[in-house]
Amino acid sequence: MSFPWANEYKPQAPLMRWLDEKLPLPRLVYNAIGAGYPVPRNLNYWWNFGILALVCLTIQIVTGIILAMHYAANATVAFDSVEHIMRDVNWGWMMRYAHANGASAFFVVIYIHIFRGFFYGSYKAPREMVWLLGVVIFLLMMATAFMGYVLPWGQMSFWGAKVITGLFSAIPFVGEPLQTWLLGGFAPDNAALNRFFSLHYLLPFVIVGVVVLHIWALHIPGSSNPTGVEVKSESDTVPFHPYFIVKDGWAVGAFLFLYCAVLFFAPNMLGHPDNYIPANPMSTPAHIVPEWYFWPFYAILRAFTADFFFIPAKLMGVLAMFSAILVWFFLPWLDKSPVRSGHYRPTFRKFFWFGLIPTMAVLFYCGGAPAEEPYVMLSQIATAYYFLHFLVILPIVSSVERPDPLPFSITEAVLGKDHDSLLAPQAVPVEKSDALRPAAAN
Amino acid sequence: MAQDAGTDTPELAAGEGVRRRDFINIAAVSAAGVGGVITLLPLVSQMAPSADVLAESSVEIDISQIKAGQAIKGVFRKQPVFIRNLTPAEIAAANKVPTSSLRDPQSLAERTKPGKENWLITMGVCTHLGCVPLGAGEGEVKGEFGGYFCPCHGSSYDTAARIRKGPAPLNLEVPEYEFASDTVVKIG
Repeated sequence: MSFPWANEYKPQAPLMRWLDEKLPLPRLVYNAIGAGYPVPRNLNYWWNFGILALVCLTIQIVTGIILAMHYAANATVAFDSVEHIMRDVNWGWMMRYAHANGASAFFVVIYIHIFRGFFYGSYKAPREMVWLLGVVIFLLMMATAFMGYVLPWGQMSFWGAKVITGLFSAIPFVGEPLQTWLLGGFAPDNAALNRFFSLHYLLPFVIVGVVVLHIWALHIPGSSNPTGVEVKSESDTVPFHPYFIVKDGWAVGAFLFLYCAVLFFAPNMLGHPDNYIPANPMSTPAHIVPEWYFWPFYAILRAFTADFFFIPAKLMGVLAMFSAILVWFFLPWLDKSPVRSGHYRPTFRKFFWFGLIPTMAVLFYCGGAPAEEPYVMLSQIATAYYFLHFLVILPIVSSVERPDPLPFSITEAVLGKDHDSLLAPQAVPVEKSDALRPAAAN
Repeated sequence: MAQDAGTDTPELAAGEGVRRRDFINIAAVSAAGVGGVITLLPLVSQMAPSADVLAESSVEIDISQIKAGQAIKGVFRKQPVFIRNLTPAEIAAANKVPTSSLRDPQSLAERTKPGKENWLITMGVCTHLGCVPLGAGEGEVKGEFGGYFCPCHGSSYDTAARIRKGPAPLNLEVPEYEFASDTVVKIG
């Protein structure tokens, strides 16, 4: 679907006309990311992170396929084969650093993309399905990243695999057999390494599939925008190509600049030195932490130190960690405000900037810190606020808040006036409008 | 009614009761469903521990060189197992604690073999998230209860390897074992 004023694909070359009749793939691309897709004219830089995520996924798939040509998924040689990639394979060091830091870059981009959605209410109707698919992609990314980190078979790989699969052992009754089944043994070993490699190669292509659905679902209502006011007329939009292709190109350039700065000048900044020690099942590193992008959720896992009613602390931590992401699935229905953008929601905005953002910062910090005071208590407070924000504050704020007046249209928001708005009734506060007047009074 | 020829009896063709074709549909779908579920069995079960992994699930360890107060780390199912020769003082310390005060109530006698109460054999796997606790090796910290200490999240175990402090829910697991002779223990 698209807006009625969308440009139509008109192939000029005979070959393209021939192709359009047999397999209209160029038409699909034209309508999806070409001149045939009208987007709101007011998109700001936060709207570039979708394309950046796609760039990251491409980097990961390309470098990942190359690494798989030189890597050996066997517990006796996996560590050595990674060193072989680093030392002997032509450009192998670059491929591996590009892949390891590419994962970090992917998560930086995706976190910004998600929080863009939080602030601008991108998850609201009619884009709930876009949001739900996005959360699925995030979960798939986390699984893929975790299994990829196990592959070098260093100390952090091994103990990460043990601790994370150990989470499943917290499930009552079936936990222990489930963990043994997942690992194919009683501790991480060759069987686990092999299956993680198999799935690590598979899941990115599953992600590609869900990304296609994500973009498909997005293109039905069209992109949201910083005002949160839906597109009303042609003057609210510009064609995706060339306007946003150019803007996305600029963003990709800026992104690659930062990515390459880390890749070439600080490639181990985000890694752990312990992972350059081969896996040793007999000795645990003193300070086990996951990669930085899991820290907020790891902090929530560790925040539960005492039994909670009849639920053991260990199970409670696991439940809370998974719920922290699952709660996002319910966001479109927890936030009931019809106003999408945080720009027009003064109360919501305060809770976003002074509640959710500092909470996430604390969780990020505590997840990477050792499990001792004051970090445990800070994680507990932040965890409590995190759930309070989504389950209590958002529903209450969205029902009691009085939003600021919205612009009539995107055009009015951009140009200060919109000729079409003269045809619309004058804006009145909602309590004086006809909408709330009883029908009997008419 | 030519299109119904051969499938319906005259009274069923009038629209009452179960048609023969309904039976065939249900039977076919059921057979396919059962077949599909049975096909899942090998697909799921291939992920369980393979024969060679299970074959390693028993091990014999020589304990003749362990003096009282010492411990060694063995390997059982690719995981560390702690074999500890308790001193009389450590046995006394373990027996002094009332079991009812413990998070996972067990006496030392329940965790050892009769007549061999000085041999404490446990998995070296913290019951919290599976790290290897310290305390079996020479010079490692034993925690404030003199047994084992897990450095990951600070669980402390006593001289009977029972959980006393920290996030771990259970005592260190005692694997199945038997004394093959006075100097050899068979685990698994």
